[in-house]
Amino acid sequence: MDDLYRDYILEHYRHPHNFGVLETPTSKYEGANPLCGDRITMFLGIADGVVKEVAFTGRGCAISQASASLLTDEIKGKTVEEVEKMTPEDVLDLIGVEISPARLKCALLSLDTLSHALADDAAETAGETESR
Amino acid sequence: MADTVLSTNALPTTAGLDVAAIRRDFPILSTVNRLGKPLVYLDSAATSLKPLPVIEAVDAYNREYSSNIHRGIYEIAEKATGLYEAARASVAKLINAPEPNEIVFVRNATEAINLVANTWGRKHIGRGDTIVLTEMEHHANLVPWQLLVQEKDGDLEFVPITDDGVLMLDVYEALLHLRPKLVAFTHMSNMLGTINPVRELTEMAHAAGALVLIDGAQAAPHMPVDVQEIGADFYAFSGHKMLAPTGSGALWARRSLLEAMPPFMAGGDMIREVHLRRSEWNEIPWKFEAGTPDISAEIGLGAAAEYLMKIGMDNVRAHEHAMAAYALEKLREIPGIELYGPSADQRGGVVAFNLPGIHPHDVAQILDRSGICVRAGHHCTMPLHERFDISATARASFNVYSIPEEVDALTAGLREVVRIFAV
Repeated sequence: MDDLYRDYILEHYRHPHNFGVLETPTSKYEGANPLCGDRITMFLGIADGVVKEVAFTGRGCAISQASASLLTDEIKGKTVEEVEKMTPEDVLDLIGVEISPARLKCALLSLDTLSHALADDAAETAGETESR
Repeated sequence: MADTVLSTNALPTTAGLDVAAIRRDFPILSTVNRLGKPLVYLDSAATSLKPLPVIEAVDAYNREYSSNIHRGIYEIAEKATGLYEAARASVAKLINAPEPNEIVFVRNATEAINLVANTWGRKHIGRGDTIVLTEMEHHANLVPWQLLVQEKDGDLEFVPITDDGVLMLDVYEALLHLRPKLVAFTHMSNMLGTINPVRELTEMAHAAGALVLIDGAQAAPHMPVDVQEIGADFYAFSGHKMLAPTGSGALWARRSLLEAMPPFMAGGDMIREVHLRRSEWNEIPWKFEAGTPDISAEIGLGAAAEYLMKIGMDNVRAHEHAMAAYALEKLREIPGIELYGPSADQRGGVVAFNLPGIHPHDVAQILDRSGICVRAGHHCTMPLHERFDISATARASFNVYSIPEEVDALTAGLREVVRIFAV
Protein backbone atom coordinates (compact mmCIF):
# COMPACT_ATOMS: atom_id res chain seq x y z
CA MET A 1 0.00 0.00 0.00
CA ASP A 2 1.27 3.40 -0.91
CA ASP A 3 2.01 5.46 2.18
CA LEU A 4 0.27 8.44 0.68
CA TYR A 5 -2.94 6.51 0.17
CA ARG A 6 -3.36 5.01 3.62
CA ASP A 7 -6.86 3.88 4.45
CA TYR A 8 -7.70 6.87 6.63
CA ILE A 9 -6.70 9.30 3.87
CA LEU A 10 -8.92 7.49 1.40
CA GLU A 11 -11.68 7.30 4.02
CA HIS A 12 -11.56 11.09 4.45
CA TYR A 13 -11.61 11.44 0.66
CA ARG A 14 -14.60 9.15 0.18
CA HIS A 15 -16.51 10.40 3.21
CA PRO A 16 -15.15 13.83 4.06
CA HIS A 17 -16.06 15.26 7.45
CA ASN A 18 -17.80 18.65 7.61
CA PHE A 19 -18.62 18.45 3.89
CA GLY A 20 -21.41 20.81 2.98
CA VAL A 21 -22.36 24.46 3.30
CA LEU A 22 -23.28 26.78 6.15
CA GLU A 23 -26.48 28.69 5.44
CA THR A 24 -25.32 31.80 7.29
CA PRO A 25 -21.55 31.73 7.55
CA THR A 26 -19.75 34.66 9.12
CA SER A 27 -17.25 34.25 6.32
CA LYS A 28 -16.52 32.04 3.39
CA TYR A 29 -13.79 31.78 0.81
CA GLU A 30 -13.22 29.77 -2.37
CA GLY A 31 -9.65 28.67 -2.93
CA ALA A 32 -8.25 26.84 -5.95
CA ASN A 33 -5.11 25.40 -7.42
CA PRO A 34 -5.76 26.38 -11.02
CA LEU A 35 -2.90 24.23 -12.24
CA CYS A 36 -4.48 20.99 -11.11
CA GLY A 37 -8.11 22.01 -10.66
CA ASP A 38 -8.37 21.38 -6.93
CA ARG A 39 -11.09 23.57 -5.47
CA ILE A 40 -12.26 24.15 -1.90
CA THR A 41 -14.86 26.53 -0.49
CA MET A 42 -14.54 27.02 3.25
CA PHE A 43 -17.46 28.25 5.38
CA LEU A 44 -16.89 29.54 8.92
CA GLY A 45 -19.33 30.35 11.67
CA ILE A 46 -17.38 32.40 14.21
CA ALA A 47 -18.87 33.65 17.47
CA ASP A 48 -17.13 35.17 20.46
CA GLY A 49 -13.78 34.58 18.81
CA VAL A 50 -14.40 30.85 18.51
CA VAL A 51 -14.92 28.71 15.40
CA LYS A 52 -18.33 27.31 16.33
CA GLU A 53 -19.18 25.90 12.93
CA VAL A 54 -17.15 24.97 9.90
CA ALA A 55 -17.97 23.31 6.60
CA PHE A 56 -16.43 22.95 3.19
CA THR A 57 -17.31 21.89 -0.31
CA GLY A 58 -14.92 21.14 -3.11
CA ARG A 59 -13.53 18.73 -5.59
CA GLY A 60 -10.06 17.66 -6.45
CA CYS A 61 -7.50 15.04 -5.60
CA ALA A 62 -7.60 12.77 -2.55
CA ILE A 63 -4.88 14.77 -0.81
CA SER A 64 -6.59 18.15 -1.11
CA GLN A 65 -9.98 16.84 0.00
CA ALA A 66 -8.69 14.66 2.84
CA SER A 67 -6.62 17.59 4.04
CA ALA A 68 -9.72 19.81 4.17
CA SER A 69 -11.64 17.10 6.01
CA LEU A 70 -8.90 16.71 8.63
CA LEU A 71 -8.31 20.43 9.02
CA THR A 72 -11.97 21.31 9.51
CA ASP A 73 -12.21 18.62 12.22
CA GLU A 74 -9.16 20.13 13.88
CA ILE A 75 -10.29 23.74 14.03
CA LYS A 76 -13.86 23.21 15.22
CA GLY A 77 -14.18 24.69 18.70
CA LYS A 78 -10.82 26.40 18.62
CA THR A 79 -10.37 30.11 19.06
CA VAL A 80 -9.65 32.21 16.01
CA GLU A 81 -6.36 33.10 17.62
CA GLU A 82 -5.39 29.43 17.83
CA VAL A 83 -6.48 28.73 14.28
CA GLU A 84 -4.56 31.71 12.95
CA LYS A 85 -1.40 30.29 14.45
CA MET A 86 -1.65 27.05 12.49
CA THR A 87 1.29 26.45 10.18
CA PRO A 88 1.75 24.29 7.09
CA GLU A 89 3.69 21.87 9.29
CA ASP A 90 0.64 21.49 11.53
CA VAL A 91 -1.48 20.53 8.52
CA LEU A 92 1.13 18.09 7.24
CA ASP A 93 1.19 16.54 10.73
CA LEU A 94 -2.59 16.16 10.59
CA ILE A 95 -2.34 14.41 7.23
CA GLY A 96 0.36 12.24 8.72
CA VAL A 97 1.81 10.85 5.50
CA GLU A 98 4.82 12.04 3.59
CA ILE A 99 3.88 14.57 0.93
CA SER A 100 6.19 14.97 -2.05
CA PRO A 101 7.09 18.52 -3.12
CA ALA A 102 4.87 18.20 -6.20
CA ARG A 103 1.82 17.56 -4.00
CA LEU A 104 2.41 20.19 -1.30
CA LYS A 105 0.01 22.61 -2.97
CA CYS A 106 -2.71 19.95 -2.86
CA ALA A 107 -2.07 19.28 0.82
CA LEU A 108 -2.00 22.94 1.81
CA LEU A 109 -4.90 24.29 -0.24
CA SER A 110 -7.22 23.81 2.75
CA LEU A 111 -5.05 25.90 5.07
CA ASP A 112 -4.58 28.57 2.44
CA THR A 113 -8.34 28.77 1.89
CA LEU A 114 -8.95 28.85 5.64
CA SER A 115 -6.48 31.73 6.08
CA HIS A 116 -8.28 33.74 3.43
CA ALA A 117 -11.63 33.00 5.04
CA LEU A 118 -10.33 34.18 8.41
CA ALA A 119 -8.90 37.34 6.85
CA ASP A 120 -12.27 38.07 5.22
CA ASP A 121 -13.98 37.56 8.55
CA ALA A 122 -11.58 39.95 10.25
CA ALA A 123 -12.12 42.55 7.51
CA GLU A 124 -15.90 42.25 7.77
CA THR A 125 -16.16 42.37 11.53
CA ALA A 126 -13.81 45.33 11.66
CA GLY A 127 -16.33 47.27 9.57
CA GLU A 128 -19.32 46.35 11.70
CA THR A 129 -20.45 48.00 14.91
CA GLU A 130 -21.33 44.74 16.54
CA SER A 131 -19.82 41.38 15.81
CA ARG A 132 -22.02 38.34 15.64
CA MET B 1 1.44 -5.12 -11.26
CA ALA B 2 4.33 -4.50 -13.58
CA ASP B 3 6.86 -6.51 -11.68
CA THR B 4 8.42 -8.15 -14.67
CA VAL B 5 11.30 -6.44 -16.36
CA LEU B 6 10.00 -5.29 -19.69
CA SER B 7 11.10 -7.72 -22.29
CA THR B 8 11.41 -6.81 -25.92
CA ASN B 9 11.71 -10.36 -27.13
CA ALA B 10 8.25 -10.90 -28.47
CA LEU B 11 7.09 -7.54 -29.75
CA PRO B 12 4.37 -7.25 -32.31
CA THR B 13 6.76 -5.43 -34.60
CA THR B 14 5.88 -2.74 -37.05
CA ALA B 15 7.24 -3.70 -40.44
CA GLY B 16 10.57 -2.01 -40.99
CA LEU B 17 11.04 -1.02 -37.37
CA ASP B 18 13.26 -2.91 -34.95
CA VAL B 19 11.96 -1.57 -31.63
CA ALA B 20 14.18 -3.84 -29.57
CA ALA B 21 17.27 -2.41 -31.27
CA ILE B 22 15.92 1.12 -30.93
CA ARG B 23 15.34 0.64 -27.19
CA ARG B 24 18.98 -0.35 -26.74
CA ASP B 25 19.89 3.13 -28.01
CA PHE B 26 18.16 4.73 -25.01
CA PRO B 27 20.29 4.25 -21.88
CA ILE B 28 17.54 5.58 -19.61
CA LEU B 29 15.29 2.64 -20.54
CA SER B 30 17.54 0.30 -18.59
CA THR B 31 17.22 2.31 -15.38
CA VAL B 32 14.96 1.44 -12.45
CA ASN B 33 13.11 3.63 -9.96
CA ARG B 34 13.56 3.87 -6.17
CA LEU B 35 11.56 0.67 -5.76
CA GLY B 36 13.54 -1.22 -8.36
CA LYS B 37 10.84 -1.03 -11.05
CA PRO B 38 11.92 -0.53 -14.66
CA LEU B 39 11.11 2.78 -16.28
CA VAL B 40 7.82 2.80 -18.17
CA TYR B 41 8.01 6.16 -19.83
CA LEU B 42 4.63 7.25 -21.18
CA ASP B 43 5.17 11.00 -21.22
CA SER B 44 6.89 11.54 -24.54
CA ALA B 45 4.44 14.27 -25.52
CA ALA B 46 5.94 16.35 -22.70
CA THR B 47 9.50 15.56 -23.65
CA SER B 48 11.13 12.60 -25.32
CA LEU B 49 13.93 10.37 -24.13
CA LYS B 50 17.32 10.83 -25.80
CA PRO B 51 19.22 8.17 -27.77
CA LEU B 52 22.96 7.56 -27.69
CA PRO B 53 23.77 9.30 -30.98
CA VAL B 54 22.23 12.50 -29.56
CA ILE B 55 23.88 12.12 -26.16
CA GLU B 56 27.22 11.46 -27.83
CA ALA B 57 26.90 14.41 -30.20
CA VAL B 58 26.33 16.77 -27.26
CA ASP B 59 29.11 15.15 -25.29
CA ALA B 60 31.56 15.41 -28.17
CA TYR B 61 30.94 19.14 -28.47
CA ASN B 62 31.66 19.65 -24.77
CA ARG B 63 34.68 17.35 -24.69
CA GLU B 64 36.31 17.91 -28.04
CA TYR B 65 35.42 21.21 -29.70
CA SER B 66 33.69 23.45 -27.18
CA SER B 67 33.96 26.85 -28.84
CA ASN B 68 31.77 29.61 -30.18
CA ILE B 69 30.37 29.59 -33.69
CA HIS B 70 30.59 32.09 -36.56
CA ARG B 71 33.60 33.78 -34.94
CA GLY B 72 36.76 31.78 -34.41
CA ILE B 73 39.18 31.09 -37.19
CA TYR B 74 40.84 28.25 -35.39
CA GLU B 75 40.22 24.56 -35.92
CA ILE B 76 37.73 23.70 -33.18
CA ALA B 77 35.67 26.85 -33.79
CA GLU B 78 35.44 26.00 -37.45
CA LYS B 79 34.37 22.49 -36.52
CA ALA B 80 31.68 23.82 -34.17
CA THR B 81 30.38 26.21 -36.83
CA GLY B 82 30.40 23.46 -39.43
CA LEU B 83 28.48 21.00 -37.28
CA TYR B 84 26.00 23.65 -36.11
CA GLU B 85 25.20 24.50 -39.72
CA ALA B 86 25.15 20.81 -40.68
CA ALA B 87 22.50 20.36 -37.98
CA ARG B 88 20.46 23.06 -39.71
CA ALA B 89 20.72 21.14 -42.97
CA SER B 90 19.58 17.92 -41.26
CA VAL B 91 16.55 19.65 -39.77
CA ALA B 92 15.71 21.20 -43.14
CA LYS B 93 15.89 17.75 -44.74
CA LEU B 94 13.65 16.21 -42.07
CA ILE B 95 10.77 18.56 -42.91
CA ASN B 96 11.74 19.01 -46.58
CA ALA B 97 12.38 22.73 -46.27
CA PRO B 98 13.53 24.20 -49.61
CA GLU B 99 16.80 25.40 -48.09
CA PRO B 100 18.62 25.11 -44.75
CA ASN B 101 18.71 28.87 -44.29
CA GLU B 102 14.95 28.93 -43.90
CA ILE B 103 15.46 27.11 -40.59
CA VAL B 104 15.84 29.44 -37.60
CA PHE B 105 17.17 27.74 -34.49
CA VAL B 106 15.21 28.59 -31.35
CA ARG B 107 14.86 27.11 -27.87
CA ASN B 108 11.51 25.43 -28.52
CA ALA B 109 8.20 25.76 -30.37
CA THR B 110 7.07 28.37 -27.85
CA GLU B 111 9.97 30.62 -28.78
CA ALA B 112 9.35 30.01 -32.48
CA ILE B 113 5.73 31.17 -32.18
CA ASN B 114 6.68 34.15 -30.02
CA LEU B 115 9.23 35.08 -32.65
CA VAL B 116 6.56 35.17 -35.36
CA ALA B 117 4.08 37.03 -33.14
CA ASN B 118 6.65 39.66 -32.20
CA THR B 119 8.10 40.21 -35.66
CA TRP B 120 5.68 39.39 -38.44
CA GLY B 121 2.75 39.84 -36.08
CA ARG B 122 3.65 43.26 -34.72
CA LYS B 123 4.38 44.47 -38.22
CA HIS B 124 1.25 43.15 -39.93
CA ILE B 125 -1.51 42.83 -37.33
CA GLY B 126 -3.29 46.09 -36.71
CA ARG B 127 -6.50 47.44 -35.26
CA GLY B 128 -9.51 45.25 -36.07
CA ASP B 129 -7.42 42.55 -37.74
CA THR B 130 -8.44 38.98 -37.06
CA ILE B 131 -6.35 35.94 -36.22
CA VAL B 132 -8.08 32.56 -36.39
CA LEU B 133 -6.98 29.87 -33.92
CA THR B 134 -8.61 26.66 -32.74
CA GLU B 135 -10.02 25.48 -29.41
CA MET B 136 -7.41 22.74 -29.22
CA GLU B 137 -4.31 24.95 -29.15
CA HIS B 138 -1.54 24.53 -26.62
CA HIS B 139 -1.07 27.71 -24.59
CA ALA B 140 2.09 28.32 -26.67
CA ASN B 141 -0.07 28.87 -29.74
CA LEU B 142 -2.66 30.93 -27.90
CA VAL B 143 -1.13 33.29 -25.35
CA PRO B 144 1.37 34.97 -27.76
CA TRP B 145 -1.59 35.86 -30.00
CA GLN B 146 -3.61 37.12 -27.02
CA LEU B 147 -0.75 39.49 -26.18
CA LEU B 148 -0.50 40.62 -29.78
CA VAL B 149 -4.18 41.43 -30.27
CA GLN B 150 -4.33 43.13 -26.87
CA GLU B 151 -1.49 45.39 -27.95
CA LYS B 152 -2.83 45.98 -31.46
CA ASP B 153 -6.56 45.98 -30.70
CA GLY B 154 -7.13 43.01 -32.97
CA ASP B 155 -9.46 40.04 -32.63
CA LEU B 156 -9.11 36.32 -32.04
CA GLU B 157 -11.58 33.78 -33.39
CA PHE B 158 -11.60 30.08 -32.61
CA VAL B 159 -12.50 27.03 -34.64
CA PRO B 160 -14.57 24.83 -32.31
CA ILE B 161 -14.18 21.08 -32.01
CA THR B 162 -16.65 18.21 -31.94
CA ASP B 163 -17.11 15.98 -28.91
CA ASP B 164 -14.71 13.57 -30.62
CA GLY B 165 -12.05 16.28 -30.65
CA VAL B 166 -12.10 17.05 -34.36
CA LEU B 167 -12.14 20.57 -35.83
CA MET B 168 -15.48 21.76 -37.22
CA LEU B 169 -14.47 22.58 -40.76
CA ASP B 170 -17.77 24.24 -41.65
CA VAL B 171 -17.27 26.78 -38.87
CA TYR B 172 -13.67 27.22 -39.99
CA GLU B 173 -14.89 28.05 -43.46
CA ALA B 174 -17.33 30.59 -42.05
CA LEU B 175 -14.61 32.21 -39.92
CA LEU B 176 -12.45 32.61 -43.00
CA HIS B 177 -15.10 34.99 -44.37
CA LEU B 178 -13.82 37.42 -41.71
CA ARG B 179 -10.70 37.67 -43.89
CA PRO B 180 -8.19 36.90 -41.12
CA LYS B 181 -4.61 37.99 -41.61
CA LEU B 182 -3.31 34.83 -39.99
CA VAL B 183 -4.57 31.35 -39.23
CA ALA B 184 -2.60 29.37 -36.64
CA PHE B 185 -3.32 25.79 -35.63
CA THR B 186 -1.66 22.75 -34.25
CA HIS B 187 -0.64 19.90 -36.55
CA MET B 188 -1.48 17.46 -33.78
CA SER B 189 -3.23 18.10 -30.46
CA ASN B 190 -1.08 17.34 -27.42
CA MET B 191 -4.16 16.38 -25.38
CA LEU B 192 -6.62 14.81 -27.82
CA GLY B 193 -4.01 13.40 -30.16
CA THR B 194 -6.06 14.64 -33.11
CA ILE B 195 -4.04 14.96 -36.31
CA ASN B 196 -5.46 17.91 -38.20
CA PRO B 197 -5.87 17.99 -42.00
CA VAL B 198 -3.15 20.61 -42.25
CA ARG B 199 -2.91 20.71 -46.03
CA GLU B 200 -6.64 21.27 -46.45
CA LEU B 201 -6.72 23.86 -43.64
CA THR B 202 -3.78 25.68 -45.23
CA GLU B 203 -5.32 25.72 -48.69
CA MET B 204 -8.56 27.13 -47.33
CA ALA B 205 -6.71 29.82 -45.36
CA HIS B 206 -4.62 30.83 -48.36
CA ALA B 207 -7.73 31.04 -50.53
CA ALA B 208 -9.09 33.53 -47.97
CA GLY B 209 -5.88 35.55 -48.11
CA ALA B 210 -4.46 34.53 -44.72
CA LEU B 211 -0.98 33.35 -43.87
CA VAL B 212 -0.70 30.05 -42.00
CA LEU B 213 1.36 29.14 -38.94
CA ILE B 214 1.45 25.51 -37.85
CA ASP B 215 2.46 24.39 -34.39
CA GLY B 216 4.30 21.18 -35.24
CA ALA B 217 5.58 20.36 -31.76
CA GLN B 218 3.62 17.10 -31.61
CA ALA B 219 3.90 16.24 -35.30
CA ALA B 220 7.49 16.78 -36.42
CA PRO B 221 8.80 14.07 -34.06
CA HIS B 222 6.18 11.52 -35.00
CA MET B 223 5.22 11.56 -38.68
CA PRO B 224 6.48 12.58 -42.09
CA VAL B 225 6.27 16.37 -42.36
CA ASP B 226 6.79 18.04 -45.72
CA VAL B 227 6.41 21.78 -45.33
CA GLN B 228 6.37 22.29 -49.10
CA GLU B 229 3.58 19.77 -49.58
CA ILE B 230 1.57 21.26 -46.69
CA GLY B 231 2.15 24.70 -48.16
CA ALA B 232 2.14 26.57 -44.85
CA ASP B 233 4.06 29.78 -44.23
CA PHE B 234 5.45 29.12 -40.74
CA TYR B 235 6.14 25.76 -39.09
CA ALA B 236 7.31 25.65 -35.47
CA PHE B 237 8.62 22.72 -33.44
CA SER B 238 10.69 21.76 -30.41
CA GLY B 239 13.78 19.59 -30.45
CA HIS B 240 13.33 18.13 -27.00
CA LYS B 241 10.15 16.32 -28.02
CA MET B 242 11.96 14.69 -30.96
CA LEU B 243 14.82 12.90 -29.19
CA ALA B 244 17.00 16.03 -29.04
CA PRO B 245 18.15 17.99 -25.97
CA THR B 246 16.09 20.62 -24.21
CA GLY B 247 16.99 24.06 -25.50
CA SER B 248 16.79 23.04 -29.14
CA GLY B 249 14.04 23.80 -31.60
CA ALA B 250 13.29 25.34 -34.95
CA LEU B 251 11.11 27.73 -36.85
CA TRP B 252 10.74 27.20 -40.56
CA ALA B 253 9.41 30.06 -42.68
CA ARG B 254 9.61 31.00 -46.33
CA ARG B 255 12.72 32.97 -47.26
CA SER B 256 10.69 35.92 -48.52
CA LEU B 257 8.83 36.15 -45.20
CA LEU B 258 11.95 35.82 -43.06
CA GLU B 259 13.72 38.48 -45.09
CA ALA B 260 10.85 40.93 -44.74
CA MET B 261 10.42 40.34 -41.00
CA PRO B 262 12.11 42.66 -38.51
CA PRO B 263 14.53 41.04 -36.04
CA PHE B 264 13.27 39.47 -32.82
CA MET B 265 16.11 39.62 -30.29
CA ALA B 266 18.96 42.01 -30.94
CA GLY B 267 22.64 41.66 -30.14
CA GLY B 268 25.63 39.78 -31.41
CA ASP B 269 25.63 37.59 -34.50
CA MET B 270 22.32 38.98 -35.80
CA ILE B 271 23.99 42.03 -37.32
CA ARG B 272 26.02 42.77 -40.40
CA GLU B 273 27.19 46.23 -39.35
CA VAL B 274 26.79 48.09 -36.11
CA HIS B 275 27.30 51.81 -35.66
CA LEU B 276 26.57 53.79 -32.55
CA ARG B 277 23.18 54.93 -33.77
CA ARG B 278 22.15 52.33 -36.32
CA SER B 279 22.79 48.77 -37.42
CA GLU B 280 22.23 46.55 -40.42
CA TRP B 281 20.91 43.05 -40.02
CA ASN B 282 22.64 39.84 -40.89
CA GLU B 283 21.32 37.46 -43.56
CA ILE B 284 18.65 34.97 -42.63
CA PRO B 285 18.55 32.85 -40.56
CA TRP B 286 21.28 34.46 -38.42
CA LYS B 287 19.27 37.70 -38.28
CA PHE B 288 17.04 35.81 -35.84
CA GLU B 289 19.76 34.13 -33.81
CA ALA B 290 21.10 36.87 -31.56
CA GLY B 291 23.76 35.93 -29.05
CA THR B 292 25.43 32.60 -28.56
CA PRO B 293 22.79 29.94 -29.15
CA ASP B 294 22.51 26.57 -27.43
CA ILE B 295 25.16 25.18 -29.77
CA SER B 296 25.42 21.65 -28.43
CA ALA B 297 21.65 21.28 -28.17
CA GLU B 298 21.14 22.26 -31.81
CA ILE B 299 23.95 19.92 -32.85
CA GLY B 300 22.06 17.28 -30.85
CA LEU B 301 18.91 18.21 -32.77
CA GLY B 302 20.78 17.57 -36.01
CA ALA B 303 21.80 14.15 -34.69
CA ALA B 304 18.19 13.44 -33.69
CA ALA B 305 16.92 14.41 -37.14
CA GLU B 306 19.45 12.06 -38.74
CA TYR B 307 18.49 9.29 -36.31
CA LEU B 308 14.79 9.69 -37.14
CA MET B 309 15.41 9.81 -40.88
CA LYS B 310 17.43 6.61 -40.63
CA ILE B 311 14.48 4.89 -38.96
CA GLY B 312 12.13 6.50 -41.46
CA MET B 313 9.31 8.80 -40.44
CA ASP B 314 6.75 6.52 -42.13
CA ASN B 315 7.91 3.72 -39.84
CA VAL B 316 7.75 5.99 -36.81
CA ARG B 317 4.19 6.99 -37.66
CA ALA B 318 3.11 3.38 -38.32
CA HIS B 319 4.56 2.25 -35.00
CA GLU B 320 2.93 5.01 -32.99
CA HIS B 321 -0.38 4.52 -34.76
CA ALA B 322 -0.24 0.87 -33.72
CA MET B 323 0.63 1.90 -30.16
CA ALA B 324 -2.30 4.35 -29.98
CA ALA B 325 -4.71 1.75 -31.36
CA TYR B 326 -3.49 -0.84 -28.85
CA ALA B 327 -3.71 1.63 -25.97
CA LEU B 328 -7.26 2.68 -26.88
CA GLU B 329 -8.31 -0.96 -27.07
CA LYS B 330 -6.74 -1.89 -23.73
CA LEU B 331 -7.80 1.22 -21.81
CA ARG B 332 -11.39 0.84 -22.97
CA GLU B 333 -11.53 -2.44 -21.02
CA ILE B 334 -11.22 -0.54 -17.73
CA PRO B 335 -14.73 -0.02 -16.34
CA GLY B 336 -15.93 3.57 -16.36
CA ILE B 337 -12.80 5.04 -17.96
CA GLU B 338 -13.35 8.23 -19.92
CA LEU B 339 -11.23 8.56 -23.07
CA TYR B 340 -10.83 11.79 -25.00
CA GLY B 341 -10.12 12.37 -28.66
CA PRO B 342 -10.83 10.68 -31.97
CA SER B 343 -10.34 7.11 -33.20
CA ALA B 344 -6.83 5.74 -33.67
CA ASP B 345 -6.84 6.53 -37.38
CA GLN B 346 -7.14 10.24 -36.75
CA ARG B 347 -4.75 10.45 -33.83
CA GLY B 348 -1.09 10.30 -33.01
CA GLY B 349 0.46 8.51 -30.05
CA VAL B 350 -1.43 10.35 -27.32
CA VAL B 351 -4.27 9.09 -25.13
CA ALA B 352 -5.81 11.29 -22.43
CA PHE B 353 -8.21 9.70 -19.97
CA ASN B 354 -9.94 9.96 -16.61
CA LEU B 355 -11.00 7.35 -14.11
CA PRO B 356 -14.36 8.17 -12.54
CA GLY B 357 -14.07 9.78 -9.11
CA ILE B 358 -10.28 9.75 -9.06
CA HIS B 359 -8.23 12.86 -9.69
CA PRO B 360 -5.50 12.43 -12.35
CA HIS B 361 -2.85 13.53 -9.83
CA ASP B 362 -3.75 10.58 -7.64
CA VAL B 363 -3.68 8.31 -10.68
CA ALA B 364 -0.21 9.53 -11.68
CA GLN B 365 1.08 9.32 -8.12
CA ILE B 366 0.07 5.69 -7.72
CA LEU B 367 1.37 4.75 -11.18
CA ASP B 368 4.71 6.31 -10.25
CA ARG B 369 5.24 3.59 -7.67
CA SER B 370 5.34 1.10 -10.53
CA GLY B 371 7.81 3.21 -12.47
CA ILE B 372 5.08 4.36 -14.84
CA CYS B 373 5.38 8.00 -15.94
CA VAL B 374 2.20 9.68 -17.17
CA ARG B 375 1.29 13.33 -17.26
CA ALA B 376 -1.52 14.59 -15.04
CA GLY B 377 -2.99 18.07 -15.31
CA HIS B 378 -4.27 20.28 -18.08
CA HIS B 379 -1.27 19.76 -20.38
CA CYS B 380 -1.11 23.50 -21.17
CA THR B 381 -4.54 23.28 -22.77
CA MET B 382 -6.84 24.83 -20.17
CA PRO B 383 -9.45 26.04 -22.70
CA LEU B 384 -9.64 22.55 -24.14
CA HIS B 385 -10.28 21.10 -20.69
CA GLU B 386 -12.95 23.76 -20.14
CA ARG B 387 -14.49 22.68 -23.41
CA PHE B 388 -14.92 19.18 -21.97
CA ASP B 389 -15.90 20.61 -18.55
CA ILE B 390 -13.03 18.89 -16.75
CA SER B 391 -10.20 20.34 -14.73
CA ALA B 392 -7.56 17.78 -15.60
CA THR B 393 -6.80 14.53 -17.37
CA ALA B 394 -4.14 11.88 -17.16
CA ARG B 395 -2.28 11.32 -20.41
CA ALA B 396 -0.17 8.52 -21.80
CA SER B 397 1.91 9.31 -24.86
CA PHE B 398 4.23 7.28 -27.01
CA ASN B 399 7.33 7.53 -29.11
CA VAL B 400 9.33 5.31 -31.40
CA TYR B 401 10.77 3.43 -28.41
CA SER B 402 7.37 2.65 -26.85
CA ILE B 403 6.19 -0.95 -26.66
CA PRO B 404 2.82 -2.63 -26.07
CA GLU B 405 4.13 -4.12 -22.81
CA GLU B 406 4.23 -0.58 -21.47
CA VAL B 407 0.53 -0.19 -22.25
CA ASP B 408 -0.06 -3.48 -20.42
CA ALA B 409 1.85 -2.12 -17.43
CA LEU B 410 -0.29 1.02 -17.57
CA THR B 411 -3.58 -0.86 -17.64
CA ALA B 412 -2.43 -3.12 -14.79
CA GLY B 413 -1.43 0.03 -12.88
CA LEU B 414 -4.81 1.63 -13.50
CA ARG B 415 -6.61 -1.45 -12.21
CA GLU B 416 -4.49 -1.12 -9.07
CA VAL B 417 -5.50 2.54 -8.76
CA VAL B 418 -9.17 1.56 -9.03
CA ARG B 419 -8.63 -1.17 -6.42
CA ILE B 420 -6.94 1.24 -3.97
CA PHE B 421 -9.64 3.83 -4.34
CA ALA B 422 -12.39 1.18 -4.47
CA VAL B 423 -14.71 3.55 -6.28
